[in-house]
Amino acid sequence: MPLMSEQEIGETYSRSGFLSFTTLGLGAVIGGVITVPVLGFAVLPSFTNQRKQNVELGPLEEFPEGRYVIATYLEDPEIGEVSRRTMFVRNNGLLETAPSFTILFSRCVHLGCPVQPNGPVDADKMKKVGEFNVELTPVQPSGFGCPCHGGQYDTEGNRTAGPPVRALDRAEFSVRDGKLWLGEYYSVGKVEGTGARARIQRYGHASPGVHVDGIESWLYPIEVPG
Amino acid sequence: MATTTRRKSARRQQLEATVTYPLDWLEERSGLIGATKYFLFRKVPRDTSWFHTLGSATLTAFLVQAITGVILAFYYKPDPDSAYESIQAITNDLTLGWLVRGMHRWGASVFVILMFLHMARVFLFGAYKYPRELNWIIGVLLLALGLAEGFTGYLLPWDQTAYWATVVGININATAPFLGPFIAQFLQGGAAIGDDTLSKFYALHMLAIPGALMGLIGLHLYLVMRLGVTSPPWSKEAAGRDRAPVVEPTTNGRSGLTRPGSRGGSNGS
Repeated sequence: MPLMSEQEIGETYSRSGFLSFTTLGLGAVIGGVITVPVLGFAVLPSFTNQRKQNVELGPLEEFPEGRYVIATYLEDPEIGEVSRRTMFVRNNGLLETAPSFTILFSRCVHLGCPVQPNGPVDADKMKKVGEFNVELTPVQPSGFGCPCHGGQYDTEGNRTAGPPVRALDRAEFSVRDGKLWLGEYYSVGKVEGTGARARIQRYGHASPGVHVDGIESWLYPIEVPG
Repeated sequence: MATTTRRKSARRQQLEATVTYPLDWLEERSGLIGATKYFLFRKVPRDTSWFHTLGSATLTAFLVQAITGVILAFYYKPDPDSAYESIQAITNDLTLGWLVRGMHRWGASVFVILMFLHMARVFLFGAYKYPRELNWIIGVLLLALGLAEGFTGYLLPWDQTAYWATVVGININATAPFLGPFIAQFLQGGAAIGDDTLSKFYALHMLAIPGALMGLIGLHLYLVMRLGVTSPPWSKEAAGRDRAPVVEPTTNGRSGLTRPGSRGGSNGS
Protein backbone atom coordinates (compact mmCIF):
# COMPACT_ATOMS: atom_id res chain seq x y z
CA MET A 1 0.00 0.00 0.00
CA PRO A 2 2.70 2.60 0.80
CA LEU A 3 4.29 1.85 -2.59
CA MET A 4 0.99 2.47 -4.27
CA SER A 5 0.44 5.84 -2.63
CA GLU A 6 4.01 6.93 -3.41
CA GLN A 7 3.37 6.25 -7.08
CA GLU A 8 0.18 8.24 -6.97
CA ILE A 9 2.00 11.23 -5.54
CA GLY A 10 4.64 10.85 -8.27
CA GLU A 11 1.94 10.94 -10.93
CA THR A 12 0.39 14.19 -9.64
CA TYR A 13 3.61 16.11 -9.90
CA SER A 14 6.61 14.27 -11.26
CA ARG A 15 10.20 15.23 -10.55
CA SER A 16 11.00 15.42 -14.28
CA GLY A 17 7.96 17.65 -14.89
CA PHE A 18 9.13 20.00 -12.17
CA LEU A 19 12.68 20.07 -13.56
CA SER A 20 11.45 20.73 -17.11
CA PHE A 21 9.25 23.53 -15.87
CA THR A 22 11.98 25.20 -13.83
CA THR A 23 14.52 24.85 -16.65
CA LEU A 24 12.13 26.39 -19.16
CA GLY A 25 11.11 29.05 -16.67
CA LEU A 26 14.68 29.96 -15.87
CA GLY A 27 15.45 30.06 -19.58
CA ALA A 28 12.53 32.38 -20.15
CA VAL A 29 13.68 34.69 -17.36
CA ILE A 30 17.24 34.80 -18.71
CA GLY A 31 15.93 35.36 -22.23
CA GLY A 32 13.69 38.17 -21.05
CA VAL A 33 16.43 39.86 -19.04
CA ILE A 34 18.58 39.87 -22.16
CA THR A 35 15.93 40.64 -24.76
CA VAL A 36 13.85 43.39 -23.19
CA PRO A 37 16.61 46.00 -22.70
CA VAL A 38 18.10 45.20 -26.11
CA LEU A 39 14.76 45.68 -27.82
CA GLY A 40 14.26 48.84 -25.81
CA PHE A 41 17.56 50.19 -27.01
CA ALA A 42 16.63 49.29 -30.58
CA VAL A 43 13.37 51.23 -30.47
CA LEU A 44 13.30 53.86 -27.72
CA PRO A 45 16.11 56.30 -28.69
CA SER A 46 14.13 57.19 -31.83
CA PHE A 47 11.46 58.60 -29.53
CA THR A 48 13.31 59.83 -26.46
CA ASN A 49 16.68 61.27 -27.49
CA GLN A 50 15.28 63.97 -29.73
CA ARG A 51 17.03 67.25 -29.19
CA LYS A 52 15.13 70.34 -30.18
CA GLN A 53 17.12 73.39 -31.11
CA ASN A 54 15.85 76.92 -30.94
CA VAL A 55 16.96 78.80 -34.01
CA GLU A 56 17.24 82.52 -34.45
CA LEU A 57 15.90 83.37 -37.90
CA GLY A 58 17.19 86.95 -38.00
CA PRO A 59 16.47 90.55 -37.02
CA LEU A 60 12.92 91.76 -37.54
CA GLU A 61 13.89 94.32 -40.18
CA GLU A 62 14.80 91.43 -42.51
CA PHE A 63 11.11 90.53 -42.67
CA PRO A 64 9.17 93.28 -44.46
CA GLU A 65 5.46 93.35 -43.66
CA GLY A 66 3.23 91.29 -45.95
CA ARG A 67 6.12 89.69 -47.84
CA TYR A 68 7.37 86.12 -47.72
CA VAL A 69 11.03 85.35 -46.98
CA ILE A 70 12.60 81.90 -47.43
CA ALA A 71 14.60 81.06 -44.31
CA THR A 72 16.86 77.99 -44.60
CA TYR A 73 19.47 76.62 -42.19
CA LEU A 74 21.20 73.45 -41.04
CA GLU A 75 19.57 72.09 -37.92
CA ASP A 76 22.67 70.02 -37.16
CA PRO A 77 25.73 71.36 -39.04
CA GLU A 78 27.72 68.29 -38.00
CA ILE A 79 25.69 65.97 -40.21
CA GLY A 80 25.47 68.54 -43.01
CA GLU A 81 22.90 69.13 -45.72
CA VAL A 82 20.73 66.24 -44.62
CA SER A 83 19.61 68.39 -41.70
CA ARG A 84 18.61 71.39 -43.83
CA ARG A 85 15.26 72.87 -42.84
CA THR A 86 13.41 75.51 -44.81
CA MET A 87 10.66 77.84 -43.61
CA PHE A 88 8.55 80.36 -45.46
CA VAL A 89 8.26 83.34 -43.12
CA ARG A 90 5.81 86.21 -43.55
CA ASN A 91 5.56 89.23 -41.28
CA ASN A 92 1.84 89.89 -40.76
CA GLY A 93 2.39 93.19 -38.98
CA LEU A 94 0.98 93.84 -35.57
CA LEU A 95 -2.09 92.16 -34.18
CA GLU A 96 -3.15 94.96 -31.85
CA THR A 97 0.22 95.33 -30.08
CA ALA A 98 1.71 91.87 -30.57
CA PRO A 99 3.85 90.92 -33.59
CA SER A 100 2.36 88.30 -35.89
CA PHE A 101 4.25 85.96 -38.21
CA THR A 102 3.16 83.17 -40.50
CA ILE A 103 5.89 80.50 -40.55
CA LEU A 104 5.16 77.64 -42.94
CA PHE A 105 7.36 74.52 -42.79
CA SER A 106 8.41 73.53 -46.31
CA ARG A 107 7.88 69.79 -45.72
CA CYS A 108 4.95 68.73 -47.91
CA VAL A 109 2.19 67.13 -45.84
CA HIS A 110 1.56 64.59 -48.54
CA LEU A 111 4.76 62.52 -48.21
CA GLY A 112 7.45 64.92 -47.03
CA CYS A 113 9.11 66.36 -50.14
CA PRO A 114 10.14 70.04 -50.05
CA VAL A 115 7.47 72.41 -51.35
CA GLN A 116 8.68 75.27 -53.52
CA PRO A 117 7.25 78.79 -53.78
CA ASN A 118 5.29 79.42 -56.97
CA GLY A 119 6.71 82.80 -57.91
CA PRO A 120 9.92 84.72 -58.42
CA VAL A 121 12.74 84.20 -55.90
CA ASP A 122 15.09 87.19 -55.45
CA ALA A 123 18.16 84.99 -55.25
CA ASP A 124 20.43 88.06 -55.61
CA LYS A 125 19.14 89.43 -52.33
CA MET A 126 20.01 86.31 -50.34
CA LYS A 127 21.88 87.09 -47.12
CA LYS A 128 23.20 85.08 -44.21
CA VAL A 129 22.26 86.22 -40.72
CA GLY A 130 22.82 85.25 -37.12
CA GLU A 131 24.85 82.59 -35.37
CA PHE A 132 22.98 79.78 -37.15
CA ASN A 133 23.91 81.04 -40.63
CA VAL A 134 20.28 81.28 -41.64
CA GLU A 135 19.96 82.17 -45.31
CA LEU A 136 17.16 84.65 -45.99
CA THR A 137 15.86 85.09 -49.54
CA PRO A 138 12.89 87.32 -50.44
CA VAL A 139 10.21 85.67 -52.57
CA GLN A 140 6.81 86.64 -54.00
CA PRO A 141 4.82 83.41 -54.05
CA SER A 142 1.27 83.06 -55.33
CA GLY A 143 1.26 79.75 -53.48
CA PHE A 144 3.44 76.69 -52.90
CA GLY A 145 3.83 73.53 -54.94
CA CYS A 146 5.48 70.19 -54.36
CA PRO A 147 7.65 68.72 -57.14
CA CYS A 148 7.14 65.10 -56.15
CA HIS A 149 3.42 64.44 -56.62
CA GLY A 150 2.00 67.86 -57.50
CA GLY A 151 0.43 68.97 -54.22
CA GLN A 152 -0.50 72.67 -54.31
CA TYR A 153 -1.08 75.11 -51.45
CA ASP A 154 -2.16 78.75 -51.25
CA THR A 155 -0.20 81.43 -49.42
CA GLU A 156 -1.84 80.47 -46.11
CA GLY A 157 -0.75 76.85 -46.57
CA ASN A 158 -4.25 75.54 -47.37
CA ARG A 159 -4.30 72.70 -49.86
CA THR A 160 -5.69 73.82 -53.21
CA ALA A 161 -4.94 70.79 -55.36
CA GLY A 162 -3.29 67.39 -55.36
CA PRO A 163 -2.88 64.65 -52.76
CA PRO A 164 -2.00 66.45 -49.47
CA VAL A 165 -4.33 65.60 -46.59
CA ARG A 166 -4.17 68.85 -44.62
CA ALA A 167 -2.69 72.36 -44.73
CA LEU A 168 1.06 72.95 -44.50
CA ASP A 169 2.62 72.56 -41.06
CA ARG A 170 3.55 75.75 -39.22
CA ALA A 171 6.02 76.74 -36.52
CA GLU A 172 5.54 78.89 -33.46
CA PHE A 173 7.71 81.96 -33.08
CA SER A 174 8.91 84.39 -30.48
CA VAL A 175 10.53 87.81 -30.67
CA ARG A 176 13.48 88.49 -28.39
CA ASP A 177 15.71 91.57 -28.56
CA GLY A 178 14.33 92.51 -31.94
CA LYS A 179 15.08 89.08 -33.36
CA LEU A 180 12.73 86.40 -34.65
CA TRP A 181 13.13 82.96 -33.06
CA LEU A 182 11.71 79.73 -34.37
CA GLY A 183 9.55 77.69 -31.98
CA GLU A 184 7.80 74.32 -32.00
CA TYR A 185 6.21 72.82 -35.07
CA TYR A 186 2.51 72.15 -35.20
CA SER A 187 0.13 70.71 -37.76
CA VAL A 188 -2.83 72.51 -39.25
CA GLY A 189 -6.18 71.20 -40.44
CA LYS A 190 -7.37 74.32 -42.23
CA VAL A 191 -6.78 78.07 -42.15
CA GLU A 192 -9.68 80.49 -42.47
CA GLY A 193 -8.89 84.09 -43.28
CA THR A 194 -5.42 85.43 -43.90
CA GLY A 195 -2.47 86.96 -42.12
CA ALA A 196 -2.66 88.11 -38.52
CA ARG A 197 -6.41 87.52 -38.26
CA ALA A 198 -6.38 84.02 -39.71
CA ARG A 199 -8.17 81.32 -37.74
CA ILE A 200 -5.89 78.29 -37.62
CA GLN A 201 -7.17 74.82 -36.77
CA ARG A 202 -4.19 73.69 -34.79
CA TYR A 203 -3.14 70.11 -33.94
CA GLY A 204 -0.05 68.41 -32.55
CA HIS A 205 2.80 67.96 -35.02
CA ALA A 206 1.97 64.93 -37.18
CA SER A 207 3.84 62.96 -39.85
CA PRO A 208 3.19 63.82 -43.48
CA GLY A 209 0.23 61.95 -44.89
CA VAL A 210 -1.47 61.72 -41.51
CA HIS A 211 -4.95 63.18 -41.25
CA VAL A 212 -5.40 65.53 -38.31
CA ASP A 213 -9.12 66.23 -38.78
CA GLY A 214 -12.17 64.46 -40.17
CA ILE A 215 -13.10 60.84 -39.75
CA GLU A 216 -9.75 59.64 -41.10
CA SER A 217 -7.98 61.15 -38.09
CA TRP A 218 -9.52 58.34 -36.02
CA LEU A 219 -6.95 56.07 -37.69
CA TYR A 220 -4.18 57.92 -35.85
CA PRO A 221 -5.36 58.07 -32.24
CA ILE A 222 -1.96 58.25 -30.52
CA GLU A 223 0.38 61.18 -31.02
CA VAL A 224 4.03 60.19 -31.55
CA PRO A 225 6.27 61.42 -28.74
CA GLY A 226 9.64 62.99 -29.36
CA MET B 1 28.31 -5.34 -69.92
CA ALA B 2 29.12 -6.07 -66.36
CA THR B 3 30.99 -9.22 -67.30
CA THR B 4 33.60 -7.42 -69.40
CA THR B 5 34.62 -4.45 -67.28
CA ARG B 6 37.99 -3.15 -68.36
CA ARG B 7 40.65 -3.26 -65.77
CA LYS B 8 41.52 0.25 -64.65
CA SER B 9 45.10 1.33 -64.85
CA ALA B 10 46.96 1.68 -61.57
CA ARG B 11 47.37 5.37 -62.14
CA ARG B 12 43.65 5.86 -62.64
CA GLN B 13 42.90 3.90 -59.49
CA GLN B 14 45.33 6.04 -57.57
CA LEU B 15 43.71 9.18 -58.93
CA GLU B 16 40.24 8.00 -58.00
CA ALA B 17 41.41 7.12 -54.52
CA THR B 18 42.88 10.61 -54.13
CA VAL B 19 39.54 12.16 -55.00
CA THR B 20 37.29 9.81 -53.12
CA TYR B 21 39.34 9.42 -49.97
CA PRO B 22 38.58 12.87 -48.52
CA LEU B 23 34.96 12.55 -49.62
CA ASP B 24 34.70 9.18 -47.94
CA TRP B 25 36.40 10.57 -44.87
CA LEU B 26 33.83 13.38 -44.72
CA GLU B 27 30.91 11.08 -45.45
CA GLU B 28 31.90 8.60 -42.77
CA ARG B 29 32.09 11.30 -40.13
CA SER B 30 29.22 13.57 -41.11
CA GLY B 31 26.98 11.95 -43.69
CA LEU B 32 27.13 15.24 -45.56
CA ILE B 33 27.90 13.71 -48.97
CA GLY B 34 24.86 11.48 -48.75
CA ALA B 35 22.78 14.39 -47.52
CA THR B 36 23.91 16.56 -50.44
CA LYS B 37 23.10 13.77 -52.89
CA TYR B 38 19.73 13.26 -51.23
CA PHE B 39 19.05 16.99 -51.61
CA LEU B 40 20.29 17.44 -55.17
CA PHE B 41 19.42 14.24 -57.01
CA ARG B 42 15.67 13.99 -56.69
CA LYS B 43 12.96 12.68 -58.95
CA VAL B 44 10.82 15.36 -60.47
CA PRO B 45 7.70 15.06 -62.65
CA ARG B 46 8.48 14.16 -66.25
CA ASP B 47 6.91 17.34 -67.64
CA THR B 48 8.74 19.96 -65.66
CA SER B 49 9.81 22.86 -67.88
CA TRP B 50 11.84 26.03 -67.89
CA PHE B 51 9.12 27.61 -65.73
CA HIS B 52 10.34 25.41 -62.88
CA THR B 53 13.77 27.04 -62.99
CA LEU B 54 12.49 30.44 -61.82
CA GLY B 55 12.93 29.51 -58.16
CA SER B 56 16.57 28.54 -58.53
CA ALA B 57 17.09 31.60 -60.74
CA THR B 58 15.79 33.73 -57.86
CA LEU B 59 18.11 31.91 -55.47
CA THR B 60 21.03 32.58 -57.81
CA ALA B 61 20.12 36.27 -57.97
CA PHE B 62 20.05 36.34 -54.17
CA LEU B 63 23.48 34.72 -53.94
CA VAL B 64 24.86 37.29 -56.41
CA GLN B 65 23.42 40.06 -54.21
CA ALA B 66 24.91 38.50 -51.08
CA ILE B 67 28.39 38.12 -52.54
CA THR B 68 28.56 41.49 -54.32
CA GLY B 69 27.06 43.13 -51.23
CA VAL B 70 29.75 41.78 -48.92
CA ILE B 71 32.44 42.99 -51.32
CA LEU B 72 30.84 46.43 -51.65
CA ALA B 73 30.90 46.63 -47.85
CA PHE B 74 34.70 46.38 -48.00
CA TYR B 75 34.75 49.87 -49.53
CA TYR B 76 31.48 51.54 -48.52
CA LYS B 77 31.37 53.89 -45.51
CA PRO B 78 27.95 54.21 -43.86
CA ASP B 79 28.51 57.73 -42.55
CA PRO B 80 26.70 60.87 -43.74
CA ASP B 81 29.97 62.67 -44.39
CA SER B 82 31.60 59.93 -46.47
CA ALA B 83 28.84 57.66 -47.81
CA TYR B 84 28.40 59.55 -51.07
CA GLU B 85 32.14 59.95 -51.60
CA SER B 86 32.79 56.26 -50.94
CA ILE B 87 30.15 55.33 -53.54
CA GLN B 88 31.79 57.73 -55.99
CA ALA B 89 35.15 56.09 -55.28
CA ILE B 90 33.71 52.61 -55.81
CA THR B 91 32.14 53.68 -59.10
CA ASN B 92 34.91 55.84 -60.56
CA ASP B 93 38.23 55.06 -58.92
CA LEU B 94 38.49 51.52 -57.60
CA THR B 95 39.41 48.79 -60.07
CA LEU B 96 36.28 46.93 -61.22
CA GLY B 97 34.20 48.75 -58.60
CA TRP B 98 31.84 50.02 -61.30
CA LEU B 99 31.17 46.43 -62.31
CA VAL B 100 30.47 45.02 -58.86
CA ARG B 101 28.34 48.01 -57.89
CA GLY B 102 26.48 47.67 -61.18
CA MET B 103 25.91 43.97 -60.54
CA HIS B 104 24.52 44.76 -57.10
CA ARG B 105 22.39 47.67 -58.28
CA TRP B 106 20.88 46.02 -61.36
CA GLY B 107 20.92 42.62 -59.70
CA ALA B 108 18.56 44.04 -57.08
CA SER B 109 16.00 44.68 -59.80
CA VAL B 110 16.63 41.25 -61.30
CA PHE B 111 16.09 39.64 -57.88
CA VAL B 112 12.78 41.44 -57.33
CA ILE B 113 11.54 40.71 -60.87
CA LEU B 114 12.48 37.03 -60.52
CA MET B 115 10.69 36.81 -57.17
CA PHE B 116 7.51 38.05 -58.83
CA LEU B 117 7.91 35.75 -61.86
CA HIS B 118 8.52 32.77 -59.55
CA MET B 119 5.46 33.71 -57.51
CA ALA B 120 3.38 34.07 -60.68
CA ARG B 121 4.52 30.62 -61.81
CA VAL B 122 3.59 29.07 -58.48
CA PHE B 123 0.22 30.82 -58.52
CA LEU B 124 -0.69 29.99 -62.12
CA PHE B 125 0.41 26.35 -61.75
CA GLY B 126 -1.64 26.03 -58.58
CA ALA B 127 1.54 24.93 -56.82
CA TYR B 128 0.54 26.78 -53.65
CA LYS B 129 -2.24 24.27 -52.92
CA TYR B 130 -2.23 21.48 -50.35
CA PRO B 131 0.22 20.50 -49.01
CA ARG B 132 2.39 23.45 -50.06
CA GLU B 133 0.45 26.33 -48.42
CA LEU B 134 3.15 26.86 -45.81
CA ASN B 135 5.78 27.26 -48.52
CA TRP B 136 3.59 29.91 -50.17
CA ILE B 137 3.42 31.76 -46.84
CA ILE B 138 7.20 31.57 -46.42
CA GLY B 139 7.50 32.81 -50.00
CA VAL B 140 5.33 35.83 -49.22
CA LEU B 141 7.59 36.63 -46.25
CA LEU B 142 10.62 36.27 -48.53
CA LEU B 143 9.00 38.68 -51.00
CA ALA B 144 8.37 41.25 -48.25
CA LEU B 145 11.92 40.93 -46.96
CA GLY B 146 13.31 41.14 -50.48
CA LEU B 147 11.41 44.37 -51.08
CA ALA B 148 12.66 45.64 -47.70
CA GLU B 149 16.20 44.97 -48.93
CA GLY B 150 15.44 47.09 -51.98
CA PHE B 151 14.04 49.88 -49.82
CA THR B 152 16.88 49.96 -47.30
CA GLY B 153 19.56 49.60 -49.97
CA TYR B 154 18.17 52.50 -51.95
CA LEU B 155 19.19 55.00 -49.26
CA LEU B 156 22.82 53.93 -49.05
CA PRO B 157 24.22 55.91 -52.05
CA TRP B 158 23.14 58.95 -50.00
CA ASP B 159 22.43 61.15 -53.02
CA GLN B 160 19.37 63.27 -53.75
CA THR B 161 17.41 60.39 -55.29
CA ALA B 162 18.22 58.15 -52.34
CA TYR B 163 17.31 60.81 -49.80
CA TRP B 164 13.97 61.93 -51.23
CA ALA B 165 12.88 58.44 -52.25
CA THR B 166 13.47 57.35 -48.66
CA VAL B 167 11.65 60.40 -47.29
CA VAL B 168 8.64 59.45 -49.39
CA GLY B 169 8.96 55.74 -48.58
CA ILE B 170 9.17 56.31 -44.85
CA ASN B 171 6.24 58.71 -44.94
CA ILE B 172 4.18 56.13 -46.82
CA ASN B 173 4.84 53.92 -43.80
CA ALA B 174 3.66 56.78 -41.61
CA THR B 175 0.23 56.75 -43.25
CA ALA B 176 -0.49 53.21 -42.04
CA PRO B 177 -3.25 53.32 -39.42
CA PHE B 178 -2.45 53.37 -35.69
CA LEU B 179 1.21 52.33 -35.66
CA GLY B 180 2.25 53.96 -38.95
CA PRO B 181 3.67 57.18 -37.48
CA PHE B 182 5.61 55.16 -34.90
CA ILE B 183 7.08 52.89 -37.58
CA ALA B 184 8.13 55.96 -39.56
CA GLN B 185 9.79 57.58 -36.57
CA PHE B 186 11.55 54.32 -35.72
CA LEU B 187 12.87 53.99 -39.27
CA GLN B 188 14.07 57.59 -39.31
CA GLY B 189 15.57 57.32 -35.85
CA GLY B 190 13.87 60.61 -35.00
CA ALA B 191 11.52 63.25 -36.32
CA ALA B 192 13.41 63.53 -39.62
CA ILE B 193 15.98 61.61 -41.64
CA GLY B 194 19.48 62.08 -40.30
CA ASP B 195 22.75 60.28 -39.64
CA ASP B 196 21.01 57.62 -37.52
CA THR B 197 18.78 56.74 -40.45
CA LEU B 198 21.75 55.87 -42.64
CA SER B 199 23.44 53.58 -40.14
CA LYS B 200 20.11 51.99 -39.21
CA PHE B 201 19.30 51.24 -42.84
CA TYR B 202 22.83 49.94 -43.36
CA ALA B 203 22.52 47.55 -40.42
CA LEU B 204 19.09 46.36 -41.56
CA HIS B 205 20.30 45.99 -45.15
CA MET B 206 23.52 44.21 -44.25
CA LEU B 207 22.68 42.14 -41.19
CA ALA B 208 19.09 41.80 -40.07
CA ILE B 209 17.20 41.33 -43.32
CA PRO B 210 19.79 39.12 -45.09
CA GLY B 211 19.94 36.90 -42.00
CA ALA B 212 16.18 36.50 -41.97
CA LEU B 213 16.20 35.91 -45.73
CA MET B 214 18.78 33.13 -45.43
CA GLY B 215 16.88 31.39 -42.66
CA LEU B 216 13.61 31.54 -44.58
CA ILE B 217 15.28 30.43 -47.82
CA GLY B 218 16.56 27.39 -45.90
CA LEU B 219 13.02 26.57 -44.75
CA HIS B 220 11.69 27.21 -48.26
CA LEU B 221 14.16 24.76 -49.78
CA TYR B 222 13.55 22.21 -47.05
CA LEU B 223 9.84 22.23 -47.86
CA VAL B 224 10.55 21.98 -51.60
CA MET B 225 12.71 18.97 -50.84
CA ARG B 226 10.16 17.38 -48.56
CA LEU B 227 7.10 17.98 -50.74
CA GLY B 228 8.63 17.74 -54.20
CA VAL B 229 7.89 19.64 -57.37
CA THR B 230 4.40 20.01 -58.85
CA SER B 231 3.52 19.01 -62.38
CA PRO B 232 2.25 21.79 -64.61
CA PRO B 233 -1.54 22.10 -64.79
CA TRP B 234 -1.59 20.73 -68.36
CA SER B 235 0.17 17.58 -67.23
CA LYS B 236 -1.31 14.29 -68.45
CA GLU B 237 0.52 12.43 -65.73
CA ALA B 238 -1.39 11.50 -62.63
CA ALA B 239 -0.02 12.99 -59.46
CA GLY B 240 2.04 10.58 -57.46
CA ARG B 241 2.42 8.27 -60.47
CA ASP B 242 5.33 6.39 -58.91
CA ARG B 243 3.11 5.10 -56.17
CA ALA B 244 0.75 2.21 -56.19
CA PRO B 245 -2.80 3.16 -57.24
CA VAL B 246 -4.58 4.41 -54.18
CA VAL B 247 -7.61 2.33 -53.41
CA GLU B 248 -8.15 3.35 -49.83
CA PRO B 249 -6.72 6.23 -47.85
CA THR B 250 -3.12 5.29 -47.19
CA THR B 251 -1.92 4.78 -43.70
CA ASN B 252 1.01 7.15 -43.97
CA GLY B 253 -1.25 10.04 -44.91
CA ARG B 254 0.76 11.02 -47.99
CA SER B 255 -2.04 10.55 -50.50
CA GLY B 256 -1.82 12.96 -53.42
CA LEU B 257 1.82 13.90 -53.05
CA THR B 258 4.08 13.73 -56.06
CA ARG B 259 7.00 12.66 -53.96
CA PRO B 260 8.53 9.58 -55.52
CA GLY B 261 7.83 6.47 -53.54
CA SER B 262 11.37 5.84 -52.44
CA ARG B 263 10.37 5.05 -48.91
CA GLY B 264 6.86 3.70 -49.29
CA GLY B 265 5.73 1.12 -51.79
CA SER B 266 7.13 1.32 -55.30
CA ASN B 267 5.22 0.38 -58.45
CA GLY B 268 3.22 -2.78 -58.12
CA SER B 269 3.71 -3.17 -54.39
